[in-house]
Amino acid sequence: MSAIKKMVKLRIWRGDSKDGALQDVEVEANEGEVVLDIIHRVQATQMSDLAVRWNCKAGKCGSCSMEINGKPRLACMTRMNMFEEGETITVTPLRAFPVIRDLVTDVSFNFKKAMEVPAFEPPADLKPGEFRMQQVDVERSQEFRKCIECFLCQDTCHVIRDHEENKKSFAGPRFFIRIAELDMHPLDILKNRKQTAQEKHGLGMCNITKCCTEVCPEHIRITDNAIIPMKERVVDVKYDPLRWLGSKISKREGIV
Amino acid sequence: MTNVEKHEYDVVVIGAGGAGLRAAVEAREAGLRVAIICKSLFGKAHTVMAEGGVSASMGNVNSDDNWMVHFRDTMRGGKFLNHWRMAELHAKESPDRVWELETWGALFDRTPEGKISQRNFGGHEYPRLAHVGDRTGLELIRTMQQRIVALQQKDARDHGDAESHIKVFAELTITEILKENGKVAGAYGYWRENGNEVLFQAPAVVVATGGIGKSFKVTSNSWEGTGDGHALVLKAGGRLKDMEFVQFHPTGMVWPPSVRGLLVTESVRGDGGVLTNSDGIRFMFNYIPEVFKDKYADNEAEGDRWYNDQANNRRPPELLPRDEVARAINSEVKAGRGSPHGGVFLDVSKRLPADVIRKKLPSMWHQFKELADVDITESPMEVGPTCHYVMGGVEVDPDTEAAVEVPGLFAAGEVAGGMHGSNRLGGNSLSDLLVFGRRAGAGAAVYVKQNGAASVSDSSVKAASDRLNAPFTRAGDENPYTVHAELQQTTNDLVGIIRTRVELEEALVKLAALRIRADKAKAEGGREFNPGFHLALDLDNMLLVSECIARAALQREESRGGHTRDDFPKMDAKWRQVNSICTWDGSKVTAVTQKLPSMPKELFDLFDPHELEKYMTPEEMTAQEGGAK
Amino acid sequence: MSGVFSSTRAKISERTLRTDRWWLQPAITVAVLASFVVYASFRAFEAKNYFAEPLISPFYSPCLTSRCPEGASLLGHPFGTIALFGMAISPALLILIFPLGFRMTCYYYRKAYYRSFWQSPPACAVAEPHSKYTGETKAPLILQNGHRWFFFAGLVFNVILSIDAILAFRNAQGQWGHMSVGTLVLLTNATLLWLYSASCHTCRHTIGGRLKHFSKHPLRYKLWTWVSILNHKHANFAWVSLFGVALADVYVRFVASGSITNFYFF
Repeated sequence: MSAIKKMVKLRIWRGDSKDGALQDVEVEANEGEVVLDIIHRVQATQMSDLAVRWNCKAGKCGSCSMEINGKPRLACMTRMNMFEEGETITVTPLRAFPVIRDLVTDVSFNFKKAMEVPAFEPPADLKPGEFRMQQVDVERSQEFRKCIECFLCQDTCHVIRDHEENKKSFAGPRFFIRIAELDMHPLDILKNRKQTAQEKHGLGMCNITKCCTEVCPEHIRITDNAIIPMKERVVDVKYDPLRWLGSKISKREGIV
Repeated sequence: MTNVEKHEYDVVVIGAGGAGLRAAVEAREAGLRVAIICKSLFGKAHTVMAEGGVSASMGNVNSDDNWMVHFRDTMRGGKFLNHWRMAELHAKESPDRVWELETWGALFDRTPEGKISQRNFGGHEYPRLAHVGDRTGLELIRTMQQRIVALQQKDARDHGDAESHIKVFAELTITEILKENGKVAGAYGYWRENGNEVLFQAPAVVVATGGIGKSFKVTSNSWEGTGDGHALVLKAGGRLKDMEFVQFHPTGMVWPPSVRGLLVTESVRGDGGVLTNSDGIRFMFNYIPEVFKDKYADNEAEGDRWYNDQANNRRPPELLPRDEVARAINSEVKAGRGSPHGGVFLDVSKRLPADVIRKKLPSMWHQFKELADVDITESPMEVGPTCHYVMGGVEVDPDTEAAVEVPGLFAAGEVAGGMHGSNRLGGNSLSDLLVFGRRAGAGAAVYVKQNGAASVSDSSVKAASDRLNAPFTRAGDENPYTVHAELQQTTNDLVGIIRTRVELEEALVKLAALRIRADKAKAEGGREFNPGFHLALDLDNMLLVSECIARAALQREESRGGHTRDDFPKMDAKWRQVNSICTWDGSKVTAVTQKLPSMPKELFDLFDPHELEKYMTPEEMTAQEGGAK
Repeated sequence: MSGVFSSTRAKISERTLRTDRWWLQPAITVAVLASFVVYASFRAFEAKNYFAEPLISPFYSPCLTSRCPEGASLLGHPFGTIALFGMAISPALLILIFPLGFRMTCYYYRKAYYRSFWQSPPACAVAEPHSKYTGETKAPLILQNGHRWFFFAGLVFNVILSIDAILAFRNAQGQWGHMSVGTLVLLTNATLLWLYSASCHTCRHTIGGRLKHFSKHPLRYKLWTWVSILNHKHANFAWVSLFGVALADVYVRFVASGSITNFYFF
């Protein structure tokens, strides 16, 4: 039961939308702790008004997204023992979104984008309780529904992180997996998800550099399993003359 | 007061977990304008933490299942203290609520015929839990969230404004439910982002704020579980029922300390995990209570056979209801047969192949791998009881979820009481959210149509605003974090899993002292996103709820479900006839007893009289059977 | 100021606060890809030492001009001799576009060169140097959507190079039933190329990924699961198959130039 205590050095960004700076603090750490524990101890003992967003502290709700030593991470899943002895740990808010205060950012961009993705549309004549789907047909979409909406993928994506002006026309990885989830849903009948992915949600802006996949705490293979398959599906309906011709003849959008 | 932001709605739903969102959907579909208040961001509610599944007797895996079996299991699990009508509605309606989720895009795991797959869980006679791996709560919250978005998209098409009928107010904390002339008139709160105060005027308020776990030290609840709704209702003149029944989930993580209390899903046991003590003994065989003797295997061979042949074998005792397992683990640890960090061992690695474990329990595998450096496909987990759920809550009308004594107030989900009796079965919480969330939304809709709009007086707003600002304006220098830590320690030590009269009386003394200190809790810094300020306000709620728990626990002189008295270790049929009711008169908390409504004949007849004899007094049996004949 | 230095974002002056060696990976990629390009260009223009009966360098197969040595032209000489400014062009240049196009449009290589050469972004959470970004929405990058055509062309080349490897089961006199180090070299090269193609994202899409209901196509689903397993390793296959081609060429060059003798096992 003996917990080994030691002091650790943190640099925490404090400030608001107008100004801010990194502040150094030293605080106690115990064995087995994560960065969020340390931040809580700073709150309880040194900066009672330090703003940080968190809920479950178990990697399930995706609230405590921040950047730790420059990398987008969940503070509750970042263990202290991954840092070198004596290393100063830098903690900042997400850098792709407007800052509110300290470690809290305004992530409303994501909720706006969620509103732009057309909802699931089942066949109108199918009643509740009559849905029949095979496990192999739901598994691809299930992977994307593991998303905890931590928005780390959105934060790391250079398309919007490095280009504020692209936020208008780019939905971001989180919503590409949502679109892929629906396009691969065995009972979704809404047409044109592929076209709108390209034309409205900015799928073509993605240059598949895979940072979204690298930071995903749920280990969703965003690029390989959602974005690239969607890009290929877009080619089917937009850039492949043979498939285009085929769809004109058979008068169906995708394939069953 | 000129700077108070004002909104008018038909219904204000406080809480954006499963129950709140389901209520909002129902109220919107009834044509009303709804405000959804989230304490955190939209989609982060504690519902995401539910792992195992939603119980619903769809009979997809075992066609013998039906609502009557589910009803029986629920009553049995709650030791017959449940409100029979709630248990009945819940058992009857949960399949429809689950099927409805599918039409909104939920993707449950499937059976070979393509139906929703169902898994075994403690206390459920048949495989009954619809699930998605071990992240069912996430699926539920995301589906509800996306349903809200779908309705907003429709409003955008029909009315030109996505937020014309449903608006989500994220990161807004409600500090008060406002009443005028004895009826609900609205709610008051503030934006966490900037500290600005907000007034909602609405004739109906649905409270769906979840639990109280953050009053305890070792808990599976997030920071949000501070009993806000319980306290709001008490302060609005409502009543809390059966607050002494707090469920300690038997399997929380015990190591490392930073994650102590974090939930280890019951599915681990449902899928074959076994509990052993430091001697390597499967100790649960020694803890099968008399009332369950005929339902559970008394030897390992039969228990093991059950996983493959449930028709001809009794289930292993690891799958006893949660209260039994939690007490058993507690006893083993106290007897010195615990694991190195004060728990017991839960092992699935010797029971299932590694790839099956990773497939069936993916988030458990990650949780242990990433937080404890333990690979559960190779070694056992260390687990111990953790405060998980409060069975008690707002006393409501079973059909409409209208809070007793407060017209216009409704409550659903964990914050409501009665449905689960003295102990909740795993899987019954997600279905509870859906069934009663929907009913609360419908109840509120009917009420609003009968009562029309409401308005709040300036004096009420002024008073609410003053109370809200107290942590900044009051004299005193208490650190809210310190007071909170001491509160958690007190409840943990004195109102925890095993209770005695002496300890409960001591707890009440300590709580009174803490209340004085909490009234001096001072917020430092500004109003913007200030967690210290927020905690200073939450403290009041937690203290109120903790006192209700302690008083109700002191009153109930028996052991039943989530309430264990060391000085009254037996279940007492006389105590089954009463609920405890907790009220607040503005200065003190009072607990009294109230007679439990008795089951109608057709439900009574669903049970074997020999079973009921274990719970009911001979007089009750005679009266009921007399009625039956 | 845009990106992470926009006025609404947290005021942090550093382009990145990463403390690890994030620049190492792109630097290695630049070094390796650039070396390959230099070597491949040199070899493509060299136009000699690419055939030593029965071995042919993968850079030069199929050898389609009449300059190709006797026995090197599996598909004949459909183009005769093509000359540019009076110089006969190397047979390698005629076919280069296909394997080059396949790799240039490959989803993995795209990631690799966008990150390393174009610095867009150089590494995750490291600000990129460009002020504008339109991704693959405009010409020329919109042509990346033609990856599948190069994939099919790549399959044709895989067949040809596999035949080359089979032909290498002969001795220098054209008699069957022999095997040399060169046989192994060409076999390995062909195998790696097949793995690279089979693990390709377009392959995964075509074989089953485009289906909505796997359950209605059990065979294609099975194939898709296999391709998916390979697809996990696509980056690895992309690199080793690149080295495979280069090493096969180096070996043939050494043998053809007489620097080493192709050792025969039997």
